[in-house]
Amino acid sequence: MNDWLYFTEVALAGLGSGALLALTGLAFVLIYKATRVVNLAIGETLMLGAYLFFGFTSGLNMAVWLAVPLVLLCGGVYGAAIERAVIRRMLGSSALSVFMVTIGLGSILVGVVELVWGLEPHSLVNFMPEKPVFLGEIYVSSKTAVAFVVAALTIGLFLLVFRYWRGSLALRATATDPGAAYSCGVSVPKVYSLSWVVACMIAAGAGILVGAIGGISSAMGVFGLTVLSVVIMGGLDSILGVLLAALFVGLAESFAIAFLGGEFKLVTTFTLLLAMLLVRPHGLLGTAEIDRL
Amino acid sequence: MQTLNTPASLAVAPAPAITRQRAWMAASLLAFGAFPFISSEYWLYWACLIAINVISATGLNILAGYTGLASLGQAAFMGVGAYCVALLEMHAGTPFLLNIVIAGAAAALIGLVVGIPSLRVKGLYLAISTIAASIILEFTFANWDSVTNGVRGLNIAPASLFGTELARPEQLYWIIIPVAVVMVAAAANLFRTRVGRAFIAIRDRDISAEVLGIPLLRYKLMSFGLSSFYAGVAGGLWAYFFRVVTPESFPIQMSIFFLAAIIVGGMGSISGSIIGAAFMTMVPEMLRLAFNVIAPADAITIIPAIRAIVFGTLIIGFLLFEPQGLAEVIPRLRKHWRARRGRGNLGSTTSKT
Repeated sequence: MNDWLYFTEVALAGLGSGALLALTGLAFVLIYKATRVVNLAIGETLMLGAYLFFGFTSGLNMAVWLAVPLVLLCGGVYGAAIERAVIRRMLGSSALSVFMVTIGLGSILVGVVELVWGLEPHSLVNFMPEKPVFLGEIYVSSKTAVAFVVAALTIGLFLLVFRYWRGSLALRATATDPGAAYSCGVSVPKVYSLSWVVACMIAAGAGILVGAIGGISSAMGVFGLTVLSVVIMGGLDSILGVLLAALFVGLAESFAIAFLGGEFKLVTTFTLLLAMLLVRPHGLLGTAEIDRL
Repeated sequence: MQTLNTPASLAVAPAPAITRQRAWMAASLLAFGAFPFISSEYWLYWACLIAINVISATGLNILAGYTGLASLGQAAFMGVGAYCVALLEMHAGTPFLLNIVIAGAAAALIGLVVGIPSLRVKGLYLAISTIAASIILEFTFANWDSVTNGVRGLNIAPASLFGTELARPEQLYWIIIPVAVVMVAAAANLFRTRVGRAFIAIRDRDISAEVLGIPLLRYKLMSFGLSSFYAGVAGGLWAYFFRVVTPESFPIQMSIFFLAAIIVGGMGSISGSIIGAAFMTMVPEMLRLAFNVIAPADAITIIPAIRAIVFGTLIIGFLLFEPQGLAEVIPRLRKHWRARRGRGNLGSTTSKT
């Protein structure tokens, strides 16, 4: 009985981190769908969000309810600026060049954060309930529970908007064929901008959640690598695939930590990723790319 | 990939160019030979480090610049080479130069395994699978305690050749520089052979290459193997140079460093790998020197942050404004100056080297 209890607790913790992976993965897929950019700086965007939150609350003594929207706003402005200043100029370059550009962006963000806030890790102000949640006998840390609920709500909202809002039709049209969308009157540049703005807002918000659970440091961007493997496993252009893969990776990591040890976390993810690349290179639900001469 | 590359490297050099090239080579060999006698240990240290990085960057350029397969595993392959040297030195006691070759071969073997996904995936997916491979390798270095001594790492006895110990940069210089020269020359000549041309064909359009009868998988794997061989040799030399190997010695940031070096230097250009590696190796040191002048003492702590910003800015800047890299800037400047000098005599300015 106790074994079963422990097993369930580990699984729930895994679902919690899976939800955060899913949330960040969503930001990733949004950017990929609209602009075909594989954004390796997503982890660093997360880090930026977390540090901004730290700066607003601990540095400027702002209230949490004020700091959160401000962080989201900053994330959006950052996304718009990057898209306009860098990514749009790279239109038409090879996917690899753009990928490298985002690596460069990540490097700059790490440098800026280290310059402003120093090298040592910090912890965020505690704004979540202290008391753990019990589901029957099962213990869940309240932070994980809050993160799971917030992530699930955001993802749900996003899916609704994505399904029913007219603007998302423009996004889907752009994703399918930017040229055709453009000639049908879709303002492709606007779609590009908007997708970066929304994705960076989501990422910055996810950063607050991740930071609240695990503390913040300039090495937080490694989370982005896990997100990257989640997205590849799910299929770069499939939202449903990414959600499934995120929960799967969250569970796998949680079990690896519980039964093998913390150092096995990353290596488990990447072994799964390699296996997936060998078996289904385009991911669980992604569309296989067809190459024509 | 196509946009990043210049086909100029394929041009058949006319006779006067060959003479000039030979003169240049003789002059640079002379310079390499004279350098230790006129410079201090400080500069020899940097010369050795640059040479090691040039070897690794050249290897990466074979894979990324010439075959069009980007890899973020170069540092991990160097790690394989370095650990291999350390283990051979500890347990086998084989001669130093043999160790370096074995290190290269071991890294090449691992490289072949990592390259296997290129059977089915390409481009970005491949880059990502090399990230996966390098994380798995890093994990192995850190956790295979019985062999790699875990996070404490391994110490390496100084290399010795004919009974003389090679422990200081001024001694290792005579090994590292010749190895680097030979390997860079080999890489430069590779692209005049069938194999090298096949690599370029794969880069330019892999399906067309296959239609032309180039077995894609074999050549892609060959490119992976060659590139990791270079990394392994560089890693082996690195191990003899620093004489201690730990799992943290070869982080993924180092792989990014090498990719950045060939972007800044020039993708698909041998001189690009040399210039890029030298430039990127010296950037942190130049920053340090600059900071010493501006604000001594406590400025040291912010240098890693500044370095990260400068690296990122260089990558983005070059990709945005000069995708051909420094290797393309220099001939252009030379042409510009020649054009200014010989204005009115336009005929001579058009003959580009």
